[in-house]
Amino acid sequence: MSDLFIPNPKEAESIHILREVAAQFERPVLLFSGGKDSITLVRLAQKAFYPARIPFPLLHIDTGHNFPETIQFRDDLVKELGLELIVRNVQDSIDQGKVREEKGRYASRNTLQTTTLLDAIEEFKFDACIGGARRDEEKARAKERVFSVRDDFGQWDEKNQRPELFDMLNGRIEQGQNVRVFPISNWTELDVWEYIKTENIKIPSIYFAHKREVFFRDGLIWTANEHVYREPHEEVVEKMVRFRTVGDMTCTAAVLSEAETLQTVVEEIRQSTLSERGARIDDKRSEAAMEKRKKVGYF
Amino acid sequence: MENRKLIKIATAGSVDDGKSTLIGRLLYDTGSLTTDKLEAIEKTSRQRGFDYLDFSLATDGLVAEREQGITIDVAHIYFNTDKTNFIVADTPGHVEYTRNMVTGASTSQVAIILIDARKGVIEQTYRHFFISNLLRLSHVVVAINKMDLVGYDEDVFLKIKADFDALVEKSNFNNEQITFIPISALKGENIAKKSTQMPWYLGNTLLDHLEVLEPEDLQEQAFARLPVQYVIRPKTDAFHDFRGFSGKLYGGSFRVGDQVTILPSFTQSKIKSIQFFDQELEVAVPGASITITLEDEVDISRGDMIVKSSELPNSEKSITATICQVNHKPLRIGEKYTLQHGVNRVLARVESIQSKIQPDFSGEETTDSLKLNDIGKVSFKLSKAIHFDPYQVNRSNGSFILIDEGTYDTVSVGFIV
Repeated sequence: MSDLFIPNPKEAESIHILREVAAQFERPVLLFSGGKDSITLVRLAQKAFYPARIPFPLLHIDTGHNFPETIQFRDDLVKELGLELIVRNVQDSIDQGKVREEKGRYASRNTLQTTTLLDAIEEFKFDACIGGARRDEEKARAKERVFSVRDDFGQWDEKNQRPELFDMLNGRIEQGQNVRVFPISNWTELDVWEYIKTENIKIPSIYFAHKREVFFRDGLIWTANEHVYREPHEEVVEKMVRFRTVGDMTCTAAVLSEAETLQTVVEEIRQSTLSERGARIDDKRSEAAMEKRKKVGYF
Repeated sequence: MENRKLIKIATAGSVDDGKSTLIGRLLYDTGSLTTDKLEAIEKTSRQRGFDYLDFSLATDGLVAEREQGITIDVAHIYFNTDKTNFIVADTPGHVEYTRNMVTGASTSQVAIILIDARKGVIEQTYRHFFISNLLRLSHVVVAINKMDLVGYDEDVFLKIKADFDALVEKSNFNNEQITFIPISALKGENIAKKSTQMPWYLGNTLLDHLEVLEPEDLQEQAFARLPVQYVIRPKTDAFHDFRGFSGKLYGGSFRVGDQVTILPSFTQSKIKSIQFFDQELEVAVPGASITITLEDEVDISRGDMIVKSSELPNSEKSITATICQVNHKPLRIGEKYTLQHGVNRVLARVESIQSKIQPDFSGEETTDSLKLNDIGKVSFKLSKAIHFDPYQVNRSNGSFILIDEGTYDTVSVGFIV
């Protein structure tokens, strides 16, 4: 028996949301990217249903351009916790002619993921997709609901969102609709990092400072790799870097860092003045980039 | 994460009261605006030809709003100081304000009502205060903004304070603590830094005032209610007979050994264990998402409620509630809805609409329907009894939503009287 247990209000809210998902939907799935936010979701789901197993599978949409460290981490985690993992590949969507690979300087498979995701939702008849998005990430996300209803084309209608009152979540949907669920909506980047530290949660090694071959473009640090387009004049150098978000290599920039432990990473985040999405190349395209992607069914 | 206290704030202001600027200023002064966001604000401010930083750009979210230059929905904004995490539900001050402010206030403990010092208390102010009253927010901050445009004049501040106090007289909820703070969001006066322009004001800055609020001050003191969200049955060798009842605890505490009653069956049992993940707790406090096990094998499913046997709630099949309509489809007599009370759902039929209440303390009128943003007193007949407390003694166990049977949209929110 322990001393008086003071609940962490944000953690308690997330657990409440995850239990609502399990109770209100028939085929929920957790969208797992191997990034810190989805890893945090897995820990919260463990807590929500303990001592039972997490009552839904994980779905990873693999762009084929993921960091190998992330994939290894994913497989280890699934094995350790006895989870069910479903992987669907963007490459398959390309091979089926459903999407076309982008070309040139800013080529990325990031936006192509949407098609693969929507196909997977259709294939498995998922009615709720749990994601790790947070409202503090980006302005368009600030208005996202916890239960966000998507029509049968996966689209988000931001003008017609259901109001969410008190703790009451309304997950009733029509045939063909599905709900995107965001249990850590109210967490900030710092909350996530502090939680990972307090809970001592394992995360992929690329979140810590390491030596990497990189090149500089538009003030951002890009991974030098066969998947990332590089101009001949863009010189490759070796730097101590780490990643603040872990997405597709083609859209995830590194930051210079010496932080090799959770303690120093959290310290760095606390002092940091560059927002997390500032290191996401996909959002720099235009100020309204995220909102446009969300409308067509992006995560 | 570090267990900082969490303060949830709803903001209300009319168009051009400078609410977005205030929030942008709070972000800026607490160092929560990152370099890239600040750069974006500088760039856009320049493009629009402003000679100051337009902090409102930090919060105005969607493309449609950026084009119109106004906010249209509830946006959530986060910032923190060393001791406190803040969540601001920013709700707009124009046409759909009632629905949006009710929504934002439902998850908040504190209301900030913004008043333009040049305009004073206006009709909108009445409405904002009415809603914070209806929702029973225990702390209200009246932030009198744009003091720089009235020469930081104390008389202006006192006149507005007196007008607002007259408004408070009309309210029927007198437990709230109301604090008046003269500010300039644009210039940063009395936001995080004490204003040197207004030496006559001796109170706290806005940020200091918010920071001294303790969770205990904001926590409602009521009876313990555990609505069962989910029954945990692991069916593994190690936990073969485990049956845990999961939910978020509201209002009061549970202790191992407590004699409890399960509703609706009115079965009695005792709490055998309280668990949070792999920890066994002696006591669970309000706000905790826990799992409990009971001494006896009791048939319990989602939607049931576990309470202490000495603290039974009301169990009724007919209820009356103050309703706020939050959808374009009007509420009408005879209409059937799904009523969601916490995590429990029953069918509800509108028996009568007793009155439509003017959201500005000016009185009531008769009506046969409630349209979007209308507030009224409505009686319902339910398919099964619900187990509730009046909203004024327990916010979470005294509120419900109505779900439309055709569209499944959330169309109303109710506060049980």
